[in-house]
Amino acid sequence: MMAGPALAVAQPVAAPEVSVAVDIQSVSHQFKLSGSTLPVLDTIDFSVAAGDFVALLGPSGCGKSTLLRLVAGLEKPTSGSILVDGQVITRPDPSRILVFQDPTLFPWATVWKNVATGLEARGVLKQERARVDSALALVELSAFADAYPHQLSGGMAQRASLARALVNDPALLLLDEPLGKLDSLTRLTLQAELVRLWQRNGFTALLVTHDVEEALLLSSRIIVFSDRPARIKAEFRFDKPYPRHRDDPDLIALRRSILGTLGLST
Amino acid sequence: MSEVAQTFGEGAVSEPSAIVGGLWRNGVLAAISWAAAAFVTVGVPDVVPWGSGGLFAIITGGIAVAFLVLSLVVHRLGRLGEVLVHYGQWFIVIGIWLALWELTTAKSGWLPKPFFSPPHGLLNVYVTDGQRLLICVAYTLRLWSLGFLAGISVGYAVGVALGWSKTFSYWGMPFLKLIGPVPATAWIPCTFYFFPTTFGASIFIVALASGIPVAILTASGVGSVNRAFYDVGRILGADNWYLIRKIAIPASTPHVFVGLFMALYYSFAVLVVAEMLGAKYGLGWYIQFQTAYSGYANVYAALVIMAVLCAGIIRLLFVARDRLLGWQEGFI
Repeated sequence: MMAGPALAVAQPVAAPEVSVAVDIQSVSHQFKLSGSTLPVLDTIDFSVAAGDFVALLGPSGCGKSTLLRLVAGLEKPTSGSILVDGQVITRPDPSRILVFQDPTLFPWATVWKNVATGLEARGVLKQERARVDSALALVELSAFADAYPHQLSGGMAQRASLARALVNDPALLLLDEPLGKLDSLTRLTLQAELVRLWQRNGFTALLVTHDVEEALLLSSRIIVFSDRPARIKAEFRFDKPYPRHRDDPDLIALRRSILGTLGLST
Repeated sequence: MSEVAQTFGEGAVSEPSAIVGGLWRNGVLAAISWAAAAFVTVGVPDVVPWGSGGLFAIITGGIAVAFLVLSLVVHRLGRLGEVLVHYGQWFIVIGIWLALWELTTAKSGWLPKPFFSPPHGLLNVYVTDGQRLLICVAYTLRLWSLGFLAGISVGYAVGVALGWSKTFSYWGMPFLKLIGPVPATAWIPCTFYFFPTTFGASIFIVALASGIPVAILTASGVGSVNRAFYDVGRILGADNWYLIRKIAIPASTPHVFVGLFMALYYSFAVLVVAEMLGAKYGLGWYIQFQTAYSGYANVYAALVIMAVLCAGIIRLLFVARDRLLGWQEGFI
């Protein structure tokens, strides 16, 4: 159910069996607030090819995060449907994992236990303990396996949160401004790390961000949303190979035109 | 040591100068004050005789000698020595207080018998009635532990259900809000009817007093868990049972402990009344029995035992809390 061949993008390193395609078909959503309704999404229509890295860009509070919650299956859209590999989403599933802006680690459990949550919840932890260790190694937190979340820095906590997602080998990783609250140096490191993890694991990624540069460093497609209720305002393609550099003239040029669509001139 | 010092406030304790030239100054002063208490007890005659005055003087005199020895060797005792030095000022004051207590009661009769008792009057109770008191302690602990454990178990289960399930909360919360403020003792008439034995009725009263605060606090704890934790759990494939066991319950534990501490105080408060219900032994029964015969020294002696028991159990609860809630930021 591709929206059109023009949207199909060359897959970078994706192993086809671990990634999924996402079809968002005229999805509208509204919140009920004490009698009145607040429309947040207005007929959103787009598709993501398996293994693609797509960024959703837009002003804060426009409804991008709501869209991710819908794709994760935490809520049902008011109208329209969301399909993953042709199947309509009805509930959350560990093959589609949402990573929040806050690490939301369980403060009462060690880092290891936090990362093990998904395996434990599905009752496969006993057989697959090694996967927890390798997920921790992947985000370079092996030394902190027995630490409690309050002992971690913001960047480490977000890396632990990524490990908790990746241990489940998600076919679709939904990232809701995962680096939004980190300092700029940690951000740069984790941006590079996200690209590395995506290339290595080959999952499909949907990233919500309001940082244009971040979108350009990480993704091959950028979908720009309007103010609430969110509508698709424009779409950009950026096929540069990774790792990308923020001072790449093409990146700077595209950044300028994206900021233009967002109503900001530089 | 530093945490203890902080609770007492700065300047209250002058640790570095506490030991000068190997001599613990406050230890010497404590020895003097305890010796004074011993001297007052034997040296000044009782207005009304109480008994056990000699034994009390031997004990306080012995403690005075112990302080004198400690004042020379305390700096070699390591951690224990530090604790002793920290409470040095308390030891002095307790000695003075015992001496004053003797003077105002037995020695001058200013605080008269039978309403007040000198410290050796309390000691006399333990000497003459010790065996019965020990049996009473055993009976009270049996009643308390059965009632408290039953109360907190049911209260906890009810609290989790109220906090988790909307249906349960809709039907259960109004009852809890109505029953909550009613003192547990007000249920005595019905409990007499419903329970075949008075012992069962007593357990029920203690259980009710301890169960209600645990239920209320657990419900509010489970209800106030950060919703994002449940989102994370559901995304990672957790079912409801997993969300309750692995998220709702650990996340609400800090609240539960507040409830447990309240339950402990309430349960001790109703013990006396619960032991009114046809008991033949127990500290509460003992207190009422002795009050009826104006045996106030015995009442005070039993109260001291109750206070020590309660403080001991609170200490245990703190240890349990520190072990279970070590994950909280800045907790230890």
